[in-house]
Parts: sequence; structure tokens; C-alpha cells
Amino acid sequence: MIFVFALFLLTLLVITALAIVHTENLFVAVMLTSIFSLLMAANFFILDAADVALTEAAVGAGVTTVIFLSALALTGEREKPRVGGRNIALVTVGILALLIIYATFDKPRLGDPNAPVHQHVAPWYLEKTPEYMGFPNVVTAVLSSFRGYDTLGEVFVVFAACIGVLFILGVRPPRESLEPRDESSGLRHHLIPQVVGRLLVPFIVLFGLYVQFHGEYGPGGGFQAGAIIATGVILYALLEGEAEALRAVPRSVLLGMVIGGAMLFGSVGVVCMLMGGAFLDYSVLAADPVWGQQLGILIIEAGVGMAVCGALLSIFHAFAARESLS
Amino acid sequence: MKLLELLGYFNYWVFAIILTVGLYAVIRKTNLIKKLIGLSIFQSAVFLMYITMDKVEGGTAPIIQTGVENQIFSNPLPQVLILTAIVVGVSTLALGLAIVVRINESYGTIEEREILDAD
Repeated sequence: MIFVFALFLLTLLVITALAIVHTENLFVAVMLTSIFSLLMAANFFILDAADVALTEAAVGAGVTTVIFLSALALTGEREKPRVGGRNIALVTVGILALLIIYATFDKPRLGDPNAPVHQHVAPWYLEKTPEYMGFPNVVTAVLSSFRGYDTLGEVFVVFAACIGVLFILGVRPPRESLEPRDESSGLRHHLIPQVVGRLLVPFIVLFGLYVQFHGEYGPGGGFQAGAIIATGVILYALLEGEAEALRAVPRSVLLGMVIGGAMLFGSVGVVCMLMGGAFLDYSVLAADPVWGQQLGILIIEAGVGMAVCGALLSIFHAFAARESLS
Repeated sequence: MKLLELLGYFNYWVFAIILTVGLYAVIRKTNLIKKLIGLSIFQSAVFLMYITMDKVEGGTAPIIQTGVENQIFSNPLPQVLILTAIVVGVSTLALGLAIVVRINESYGTIEEREILDAD
């Protein structure tokens, strides 16, 4: 039964992708992108990737859409049609699609337990996680401990991208006669979004905190929690106006979260080295190696959550501030 | 080949189609925001391929329950890679959009042809 549902969702996914490319209204395209992400999250969930589904739903359907919309508000939502070159583009991508489909016949079937990807380190991770970490979520264990270097790198990429956005949008626009528009009051004059949104915001943030601190036991962790809390604050900003959101969580706090989160992660690694272990080897942090691992993972997950939440919110505010200038 | 076995490849075909749809938007559309949307579709297709590979027949999400014997788990490794890639994806997308916004401020347009003409 779930199989039929998966086929249905995948077909919808293809239709949505075609509609996104076909439409000439960018606003419609962005809204469809949000639906596309939600469908993708449902597909991830069917394929047993609960953590990834959570991330995709929070980031893809939530944060990405808002960032796209604030960019659209600064540029314009009509796309000019292009004449010519259509057939050659279609032929190129058609041939590519056929080649990839031809290549898939060499791939192992969906769910084949003997596929090469399941033979390498994955069984070892599944077997050793309860023994080394003492908690059940293998995804969190691999993310924060077994492959902690990877995650550290990713956090620094998020950090660098955030700094890049702040630099690019931090300079004043080149056009003269810039008078800051009236402070946007958000949706304060719309009753229904106001009432429903106000009810939702605390629960979204609470759920984000749950996902953060329950990440070792259920689907969740710093990346998901950061994105969920960011969506909660962005919802608040949309409801009450951007200035009000900045009053609740000022820019300096956001920057502190980005920098502090990345530094917290790195400094845990250095502390591990000072205490006689390898970089990011949390076992040395406590007398009992399992406790050491759990302590280390708790701290670095907090760092990841802070960095991701701060980065996404800083990016959102950078776009929103631009909007009220131009 | 039986029909069910063929359907085992369906996820990969969807991956191929979405990937090329995204690529089509990147090479054919001249609007810079539409190009970025195409790029993010392309990226999502790659995510779908990785997550498809993690599925094990009869498996469940890799969260080990105590007291349950002989559980089959899906592969946690592709999930970890994609989990972080999604968050990195949105940050780099935001960087791209920031550049598009600056281009719009300097040239007054985000259509590739008009930008090239203006130079």
C-alpha cells in the first residue's frame, strides 16, 4: 500500500517540477517550490529517512520559500519569455535523461539489502552506536561523533555563506534618494493570520527545542532544531513586522549565535585534544567514555543549532532590511 | 524482467527526470531567479537519489529500539550526508540570491540578455 502511495507522490513531484519550470510568474514558481519541498519531505519519510524529512520540511518548505519571496520583493515577479534555443535545450536534456535512465539499470534495485552501499561502514555504525554512545538514534551518532569532521566543515560552510550574504547586502544601495520606507507593520491589521500565528509561534519554538534536546533519542538534532526555531521567529517577523522581531532577537545576538555556535563546535574539538584525545574524540571528556560521548554530542549539537538558527535568521533580516531601504 | 522489479527503478527514473528538468531551467531560462530555482530543483534530485540508496527492504528508520530483536535498519550514512547538505544548500542559495539582488540594484534588471547588453 505504501508502495502505491510512494508512486503517487513521486508522480506529483515530477508534475510539480514541470510546472515550476513552465510558469512565467516567479511568485507562482516559488510557491510551487514550497510544495515541491513538502512532497520531497514526504518521499524522504517513506524511504525511512525521518531526520532528513524533518530538515527538508523545515528548511525547504519554510525558510527557502521566505528567502525566495524576500528576494522577489526586491527584484520583480515577472519573467520575460526567451525566444529561440528551445529545441536544442530540450534535445540536450532529453538525451541526458535517457542516458541516466539507461544507467539506472545497472544500479541495485530499491531496497536491495545486498547493494554495495549497505556493505561498507554502515553495518558497523549500526552495530556499535549503542555500545559507544548509549543512545538509539544512529543518524545523530554518525552526524556528530563518527563523522564529526564532516559536520564541523558543514557548519563552517553555513557560517561562511551567512557572512557572505551579510557582506553583499550590507553595503548601501547605489541609487540615491533613499528614504527608508515606513516601518513595515507586518500582518498586524489582518485578524486571522494574527490570531492563528500568535498561537503557533510559541509551539513552533518549543517543538524546535524538543527536537534539539531529544535528537539523540528520536529524529532530530541541531540542524533541524535550528531551522525550526528560525521558522518560528520568521513567522513572528511576518506577523509583527521586522522591527518588532529585531527587538525580540537583536542582530548582535544573531551574529553572536552564528559565531558562538561555530566556535563552540571547534573548541569542543580542541578541548578533546587538550585532554589527551584526538580532535573531536569526545570519549576523553568524562571518566566514562560513553558519558564523554554523550556530553560532547550534547554540546556540539547545541553549537550546530545556534549556528544554523543564527545564520538563517541573519540572512532573512539582511534581505528584509534591504526591502525597507529600496 | 518482472513488473515489480522494474518499479524498483522508478525512484531513479524520477531522479533522472527531476534532475534534467532542473538542468533545463538552468541552461534555458534567462531570468536569474528562475535559474536559481532550477538549480535548487537539480539539487533536490540529487538528494532524492542518495535517500533512495539508503532504503533497505523491510527496514525502518535507524533508531534502535531496545528489546526488539532482529530489526532491519535503513542505511544511516546517506541520511547524514543529505541532512547537512540541505542546510548548506539553503545557505548557498541565499548567497546566490543576495548576488542577484545586488545585480538588480546595479543594472535594474535580472534578465541575463539585458545585463549583457548593458555592459
